[in-house]
Amino acid sequence: MSTATSHVEVSRRRRRSRRRPNMALLLGPSVGFLLLWMIVPLALTLYFSLRHYNLLQPGRRGFVGLHQYGALLADATFWTSLYNTIVLVVACLVLTVVIGLALALLFDSDFFGRGVARTLAISPFFVMPVVTALIWKNMLMHPVYGLFAAIFKAVGLKPVDWLATYPMPSIVAMISWEWVPFALLVLLTGLQSLPAEEIEAASLDGAGAWQKFRFITVPHLGQTIYVVIMLESIFFLTKFAEIYATTSGGPGLATTNLPYLIFLESFFQYDIGTASAIAIFAVILANIVAIFLVRFVASNLAEGAQA
Amino acid sequence: MSAPGLARQLPQDRSRGRKLRRKWLLTVVGYAVALLFFFPILWMLMTAFKSEAAAFTVPPHFFFHPTLASFGEALARGDYLHYALNSLGASLISTALGVLLAVPAAYAMAFYPTRATDGTLLWMISTKFIPAVGVLIPIFLVYKDLSLLDNLWGLILVYTAMNLPIMVWMIYSYFKEIPAEMHEAAQVDGANTAQVMARVVLPVAIPGLASTCLLAIILAWNEAFWSINLTNTAAATLPVFIASFKTAEGLFWAKMSAASALAVAPILVFGWMAQRQLVRGLTFGAVK
Repeated sequence: MSTATSHVEVSRRRRRSRRRPNMALLLGPSVGFLLLWMIVPLALTLYFSLRHYNLLQPGRRGFVGLHQYGALLADATFWTSLYNTIVLVVACLVLTVVIGLALALLFDSDFFGRGVARTLAISPFFVMPVVTALIWKNMLMHPVYGLFAAIFKAVGLKPVDWLATYPMPSIVAMISWEWVPFALLVLLTGLQSLPAEEIEAASLDGAGAWQKFRFITVPHLGQTIYVVIMLESIFFLTKFAEIYATTSGGPGLATTNLPYLIFLESFFQYDIGTASAIAIFAVILANIVAIFLVRFVASNLAEGAQA
Repeated sequence: MSAPGLARQLPQDRSRGRKLRRKWLLTVVGYAVALLFFFPILWMLMTAFKSEAAAFTVPPHFFFHPTLASFGEALARGDYLHYALNSLGASLISTALGVLLAVPAAYAMAFYPTRATDGTLLWMISTKFIPAVGVLIPIFLVYKDLSLLDNLWGLILVYTAMNLPIMVWMIYSYFKEIPAEMHEAAQVDGANTAQVMARVVLPVAIPGLASTCLLAIILAWNEAFWSINLTNTAAATLPVFIASFKTAEGLFWAKMSAASALAVAPILVFGWMAQRQLVRGLTFGAVK
C-alpha cells in the first residue's frame, strides 16, 4: 500500500462521513462464508479426532479422548510420513530459495529481451501440478522413453528409473521446478525495490561485487526471503497432487507425506477418527509457520498505518 | 567527428564495449536459464503435435512432422469438453462469487477502518493457512449428506472459500490506493454507498480487480486436491481428467500432452499477464 492513511486522516474522515454504511452487511457475508467453510470444519475435524469413527464400523462410535493421538505417536507409519513431510519441505525450500535468488539476481541485471526471458522462466508456476507430475513422470523421467534416459544413454551412462530409485528427490525436483519461479518473482520484486543510490554509493566507496551483495543486497532482501520461506513452507506442507499423480506415496511409504496419509486413512481405511487426528497434526505444523507469517503481515499493516 | 575528439573518447568507448560484452554474456546466460526452465513445457507442447508413434521414438526426436491428430483424439473423447466446461464453470463462477463477497468487505475495511479492521483482515488471511487436509473430512461428510459430492456447486463453494482471503486482501490493498478525498467528495455529493462504489471506487480499481480475478481463476483452474477428493465424474475438472492418464492411458503420451497443452495454455497466458500483480496477492502485501 503506497497511500497509507494516517490515524489523523482516518478520524477526520470518520467524523466527516455522514452516512457510515452498514458494516455488518458489507463484512458479514465474507466473514460468515469463511466461518462456515473453514472454521466450522476445522472444529469438526478436532471433534472427530477425539472420537472413534470408522465408516466401516458404524456400530462402534464414541468418545475416545486422545487415544487416537496416542496410537498415532506409537505408529511408525505416522512418523515416516511426518519425516517425509519435513524432508520434502526443507529440501524444496533450500532449492527454491537458492536457485530463485540466483535467478532473481540474473534477471535483475540488464540484458537484451530480459522481459521475455523472465516470462519464460516463471512459466512453470502456472502449469497445473497434475500436468507437471505427468510430464516429469512420463516424458522426462521414464526409464526407457524419457528424455533423461536418452541423455544418459547418449553420454554412455545407464538410464535410471528415477521415481523408483530416487522417489523423494524426484518429487522434490518436480515441486522445486514449479516453485523456483515463485521465489524468483517475489525476490525480483524485492530486489527492484532496492534503491539504486545505495548500490552506487557503495561502488563509490570502493565496494566489490561480492561486498555489495553481502552487505547491501542480502540485508535488504532478508525480509523478502523470510516471506518466501514462510509462504512456501505452508504450501509445501500440503503438497498432494504431485505425489498422487506420480508415486501414489510409494514405493512403500517413501513419498507418503501427511496430506497423502490422511487421504489414505480416510478414503482407503475409512478411518475418519484417525485421519482427523493426523489432520490436526498437519494443522499444528502449518500453524507454527503461519503464526510467524501473520505476525509479519500484522507489523506491515501497522507500519502502513503509521507511514 | 574530429580527430582530437575521437582520441578523448577512446577510453570511454572501451568501457562501453566492455559493458556491451557483459550485456551480451548476460543475455546468453539469461536465455539459457529461461529455456532450461521452460523446456518441459516446450517438450509437452512438441509432443502434443507428434503422432503417438513419434512420441515414443528412442532417442526422442526434436524435429518431426507436426500433426494435429492428437488434439483431435483428445477432444474426440467426448468427455474432454465435459471436464473443460466443469473447469471453466468452477473457476469463473467461484471467482465471480469471490468478487461479490470480497468487494463489499474490502470496501468497508478500506474506507471505514475501525479498531477491529486489522484483526479481521489478519483473521481472514490466517484461514488461508489452514491446510486443506485440516477441513477436508468434515466438508466431505457434510457434502455427502447434502448431496454436494460430485456436484459442481459444491466444488465452486470450496474454491470461493479457498480464494476469498486472497481476494479480500488484494482488493483491500487496491482500494487503499484510492485517495480518501476522491471517496469523500462523492459522499458529500450525496451518493449512497452503492453509488459511491459503482461510480467512484470500482472504475478506479478496475485494473486491480482484473488482476485479482486472474489470480483467482489461475488458482481455481489448477486446483487438484479438492477436485480429486470431492468429485468423481459429473463435476470433475481437468486436473482429475488429466490425472486419469497416470494409469489407464499412461502410454498415450501424445494424447496426454495434447490434453495437457489445452489445459495449460490459457492459464499460462493469464499468468504472463498477471505476473507483476501476482506477487502482491500471493504474499499478502508483505512484498511490494
